[in-house]
Amino acid sequence: MKFAVIVFPGSNCDLDMYHAIKDELGEEAEYVWHDSTDLSKYDGVLLPGGFSYGDYLRCGAIAQSSAVMDEVKKAAEAGKPVLGICNGFQILTEAGLLPGVLLRNKNLKFMCKTVGLKVENADTLFTTEYEQGQEIQIPIAHGEGNYYCDDETYEQLLQNNQIVFSYADDFNGSRNQIAGIINERGNVLGMMPHPERAVSELINGDDGLALFKSIVKQWREANVTHA
Amino acid sequence: MKKVKIYVTLRESVLDPQGSAVMGSLHKMGYSEVEDVRIGKFLELNIVEDVQDVDALVNEMCQKLLTNTVIEDYRFEIEEAVSQ
Repeated sequence: MKFAVIVFPGSNCDLDMYHAIKDELGEEAEYVWHDSTDLSKYDGVLLPGGFSYGDYLRCGAIAQSSAVMDEVKKAAEAGKPVLGICNGFQILTEAGLLPGVLLRNKNLKFMCKTVGLKVENADTLFTTEYEQGQEIQIPIAHGEGNYYCDDETYEQLLQNNQIVFSYADDFNGSRNQIAGIINERGNVLGMMPHPERAVSELINGDDGLALFKSIVKQWREANVTHA
Repeated sequence: MKKVKIYVTLRESVLDPQGSAVMGSLHKMGYSEVEDVRIGKFLELNIVEDVQDVDALVNEMCQKLLTNTVIEDYRFEIEEAVSQ
């Protein structure tokens, strides 16, 4: 399976993402610069964390208008898996691919630590290798991870099982401790925690690996025909 | 040339932790009169003269990039700028 790791000016988790895919997962990955206008050769799209365009105006707002985002939208429409982590999640909400928005943490602090996450929906393209309700340990590193949406949107998220991960504890003010959501179709996931930083037992544990394995497993089942 | 002044504010329903922190600080300084603080943004754009519908143009830019209407409201004023 071949992944595109999209790189914006100010992305800083692109190397971690690449490492996770290439070295830990054993799949193909390529860096793709933000002005690219063709993602057709990739099977999945990864938007890494960082501070694209210095978080100017709003987090993800300027990256959202990059040329490559039209291609990311096309990939999403084609049903390819699209995963946005941290700043990638912020970009996906700004681009309108996911509902809601990420606000400043309620305590106004940038927080960097490993937190407990609950798998709220283990029946998605990204989570089948987890158990429903499983608690996993994944690092976070964000100053603006306070998920906000209006009541109507929240009801829709609930009804369609779009809440995929929630925090075990409330530390950033996110509505109902939401840590990650998926689009209605089920192929675009955005999350603030960093599964790509938890892919090896030596560093931060490997609870994040199952997320990437889920994507690859389902892609194989759908696309690889056995002789 | 026209000068456009855009005021971006957080919607009423959205909590403003930054505003709350500033209010806390004002209270500590003794300004107990302050009941609420909301922090927004101010943008100034210069637009070339020969635009037909500046209103429509500014609205479009606000909705596409300058504001996030999920959490923000905006209003703007258009002024004739004196050319240098």
